[in-house]
This record gives sequence, C-alpha cells and structure tokens, in this order.
Amino acid sequence: MTTQPLLRVTALRKWFPVRGGLFGRVTANVQAVDGVSFDVAKGETLGIVGESGCGKSTTARLLIRLIDPDAGEVVFDGLGLGDGLTLADMRRQVQMVFQDSYASLNPRLTIADTIAFGPRVHGMDASAANAKAQDLLRKVGLAPELFAGRYPHELSGGQRQRVNIARALALDPRLVLLDEAVSALDKSIEAQVLNLLVDLKAELGLTYVFISHDLNVVRFMSDRVMVMYLGKVVEIGDVELLYAAPCHPYTAALLSAMPSTDPDRRTERAPLAGDPPNPINPPSGCRFRTRCPHAERVCEATEPALRPRDAGRRLVACHMAEPGSGHSRTGQAGGLA
Amino acid sequence: MATTLSDRTAGPPPATPVRGYWAGVGRRLVRDKVAMTCAAILLLIVLAAIFAPYLGLADPYRGSIARRLRPMGFTTPQGFTHWLGTDEQGRDMLARLVHGGRLSLFIGILPVFNAFVIGSLLGIVAGYVGGRVNMAIMRTIDVFYAFPSVLLAIAISGALGAGILNSLVSLTIVFIPPIARVAESVTTSVRNLDFVDAARASGANALTIIRVHVLGNVLGPVFVYATSLISVSMILASGLSFLGLGTKPPEPEWGLILNTLRTAIYSQPLVAALPGAMIFTVSICFNLLSDGLRSAMDVKL
Repeated sequence: MTTQPLLRVTALRKWFPVRGGLFGRVTANVQAVDGVSFDVAKGETLGIVGESGCGKSTTARLLIRLIDPDAGEVVFDGLGLGDGLTLADMRRQVQMVFQDSYASLNPRLTIADTIAFGPRVHGMDASAANAKAQDLLRKVGLAPELFAGRYPHELSGGQRQRVNIARALALDPRLVLLDEAVSALDKSIEAQVLNLLVDLKAELGLTYVFISHDLNVVRFMSDRVMVMYLGKVVEIGDVELLYAAPCHPYTAALLSAMPSTDPDRRTERAPLAGDPPNPINPPSGCRFRTRCPHAERVCEATEPALRPRDAGRRLVACHMAEPGSGHSRTGQAGGLA
Repeated sequence: MATTLSDRTAGPPPATPVRGYWAGVGRRLVRDKVAMTCAAILLLIVLAAIFAPYLGLADPYRGSIARRLRPMGFTTPQGFTHWLGTDEQGRDMLARLVHGGRLSLFIGILPVFNAFVIGSLLGIVAGYVGGRVNMAIMRTIDVFYAFPSVLLAIAISGALGAGILNSLVSLTIVFIPPIARVAESVTTSVRNLDFVDAARASGANALTIIRVHVLGNVLGPVFVYATSLISVSMILASGLSFLGLGTKPPEPEWGLILNTLRTAIYSQPLVAALPGAMIFTVSICFNLLSDGLRSAMDVKL
C-alpha cells in the first residue's frame, strides 16, 4: 500500500486489573486487548468480527480514547497522539456510534440539542449548531420539522440509531467507528440503516470501522475484515477472499457456523466445542489451541505472529500458515473448510 | 438509494426553534393540579409568615394566665375571639402559629437547601470522578451517616452552643450525608450510560459534561429526596429547642409549641395538635410539590 493509511494501530494493549484481597490489590488481569495491530486505508470499511468477549468493543474504545491503552500506538493519518495530533483534533476526526440506541441519547435533551452538542463544544454558536443539526437530521432521513424537537423516548429504535449516526457526523469526522450499531435493530430496519450508512460513506467520503458479530452484515458492509479472538487478531484480509477461503481455523469455524438456507450445505455439527477460555488466564502460545482441531506441541509453545499470505491480501496468525514453524500441516490450506 | 422521509421537492424549511427544556418543565408543572394546589397552600403559609406583623393579629408573646388553654373559637369578655384557642400561657394560638411559621419554615427549609447544594456537589463530584476521590469523600460522609440524626444534631448543637444559627449549622451537617449518598449513587449510574461516553468522545471537558448531561438527570431525584427531609428538619429542630439547644421560649416555633403543649393533649387535644397539623400540612405540600416537579422533569411521563 503506497498511500498512507488513515489509521495505523500498532501493538495496542489493554489489560483490566482485577482487584481482590483486603486492600484491593491487583490479583490478576483481564487481557482484553493484547497486541492488536492493523491498518485502515482511507475510504475503506474494515469489519471487525469475533465472539463476545474477544475485545472488539474495547478496541473501539481504545481507538476513540474513551479508555487509555496500556501500550501501543495509534497513528491517525501519519500523526500520533501527542506527536502532532492533539486529543481535541483526534476527537473531531474519529467518532463512534454505539450499540444501545436508547442509552446513547440523553433522555433530557431534544435530539437537535444532542446532535448540536458536539459542534457547540468545539466553539460553534447555538444557532449555527442548531442549523447543522437540522441539516444532519435531513441527511439521515429524519425530517427536521417533525423530529428536531423530539425526545429520545418519542422515537423508535431505528430512528434513534439514525440520530446517533447524525450525532457522530456532527463534527465532520473522517473515521467513524460503528460498534455493533445495527445489532439491536430488527432486520428490516437494519437493512435501511445499513443502506443509509453506505450512502453516507459515499456522499461524505468517510472511512468506517464496522464491528459486528453478524457475519452477513459484515460481508455486506466491509472491504476488509479483521477476525479477533480473545484479544488478538487471528486473521485480517479482503472480505471476499476470507469468506471464500478462510485460512485460520477459527475464521473457518466462524464461517461454517453461519446458518445456511442451502439444503445441500447443512450445518449438522457445531464446528467449535465449548466457550472461549477465560481472558484472565489465556492459554499459552496460540490462544485458540484449546479449541483448535489441529493444535500441536508448537502451538502451545510459541505464539504465532501475524504474517502476510496470498500476495499481501491477507495476514494470518497461525503456525499452519507459516512455513518452517514446526507444525506438521504447514503449507496446507488451513482450517476446517 | 435508500428511501428517506425528507421531502426533496420542496425548498429547505425554516429551522425549527428548539424549545428549552426548563420551559417544558414549567409548562408541565403548571398543568399539574395537585402540585399547583400544594404550591398555592405553601405560598399562602409563606406569605402569612412573611407579613405576620402586619396582619392585625394578637401579640404572640403576651398571654393571660386566666385564659390558658381555651378551646378554638373562644371569645374573651372583652370581645376578642381566639379562633384557634390559647396555649398554656394564654397566648393566642393563631398569632403564635402564624408568627411561628417564620421560624419553622426558616429552620425547616434552609438547612435542607444548604445540605442539598453541598451534598449534591459532593455526591456528584464523588460519583463522576470515581476511584480514590469517591472513596475519600464517601467514607468520610459515612462516618457522619453512622450516627442517628437526632443524636448527631444534639451533639453538634451541644458543641456549638445554643441559638438558632448553631442549630441551623447542626441540621445542615446532619442532612448532608444522606443527600450526598443519593447524589453519588445516581451520578454513578448516569455516568456509566453511553451518552456520557458519547459526550466525552465529542471532546467535551468534565465540567461541560456534568453541566449538560449529568446535572439534569441527577438533580431531579436528589431534589425530590431532599424535600422529603424538610419535615424531618422541622421535627429535629423542635427536639433541639426542647433540649434548650435551638429556639428558646418564648419564641414561637411550631416544634417548640408542639413540645410545650404536649401535656395539654388531655385537656385541649385540638389546640395541642395544631402545630403538628401545620408541620404536617407543610410537609405534605412540599412532598407533593416535589413529586409534581419530578414528574414534570421526567420527560418520559
């Protein structure tokens, strides 16, 4: 990639301390995000998928600096935080849409006030901010004459999520993080909101990071997909390539777990057994080895690094994909596919 | 292209003015009949208390032992009617009650109001900042909260000495812990909601977030709780007066009158119960008014 990525994340780490004992000493750490690295190119949509508890939402909150990372670097368009980029600048350029559409709106503010809050914080005067709010409402498909003075409890879930999108766009960001933004909506509304997101991206030249657990939605929205497991990136690459030929066994298992309407492709056996291990005490070496059907000694001993494959179109962290790693199945197409 | 609700054929409509939130609260409150009735009663009592010297009532300090404990509506041979009877020193009860309203309302409302301001401030700061600051503030407050309120009021009053000002200070200190606890717990729950995160993500600083997002959602419940303490404050003040630590006789003050008329409950029960009725009326009105305010502030109802 010759052009500079809009977002470059390097070795991001966040461990949450678990306090116990008489004086609240730190007894253990929840290793929520552990060494996550990825790039997001300008104008693309990066999907992030994984099971609950894999660290997707924590990653999003680290990117938007609602939580401070323990280690790692986030570089936005060539400028790092504190190194050419102030927190205020970063806040204008990266915004987030949350999952719970109701809890993300202040019940005491009208939605026009909610949307105008961001611009007013950054110095816009009240009438200009209000006009901008009305304009954004129109953009997301809510007529300002009808909706501007309403309170959140007077809107439906889909309408509230549109308001959240308008609020995220109020500061004219370049990168929008969508943390399970459509997960709480019913299917028809979800489709409308997804189409709205696609239209807005084209119209405003946005870049998206789309976090979801719904693989179909991710396939529809994303250009590239990143698969996370227990705080680590296991695979990242072009969406069609990943969906057609997954390399990491976890990706393959996720994809084969998608319900199919094709009677010739029935899922009869759950591809993965059990639950992910506890992030307080993750398995040594490759974290997926406790559920991987191809786990061997080398998987327990060494953690696989993220390596490029397929002419750089994807990165995989698996010993099977790495020649010379010591795994008996190196060189074969990975996984259960 | 997704279908939208906007009308693309007409020109841009004029910007809808966004109505203020508090204007909405005022409108809803005015429509609430119960709250308005209570407000009217309270206003009447407050005005009577403020203008007490000019209302042409009898002298609340001068009594005639010959006329002690007369029932309501008793007319003296001189032609003066004691509409609410006389107390144990022959003073006109109506005059005592109206004048007493000044002190009682003062001693009921002011400590609670002060405690509301100070307690909310402490609770909101503790709840919003969290961590060690929260622990420092709340554990200190817990020390005071551990004492029964009467005991604490007496202890502080005793330490400061008698007098109305000292009993005001003492009552304020007694009410700060419960208000601070309520404020802290409500603030903590509001702070964890996504819209506060969204406000932080917009780049607002802590003060702006507290002012715009937290206060409106926190002060309502805290205020309702605080108004329920007004009657407690009046009763505590009467306890202090009884022990000689607050208002001293012959100052009229409902709690003090209530205490001194205790023994008269057998001879003139109606007269003896009157100050209690006043405290009761004021408390109920404050409680219902604050309920109405809470409903008006709660946009969901």
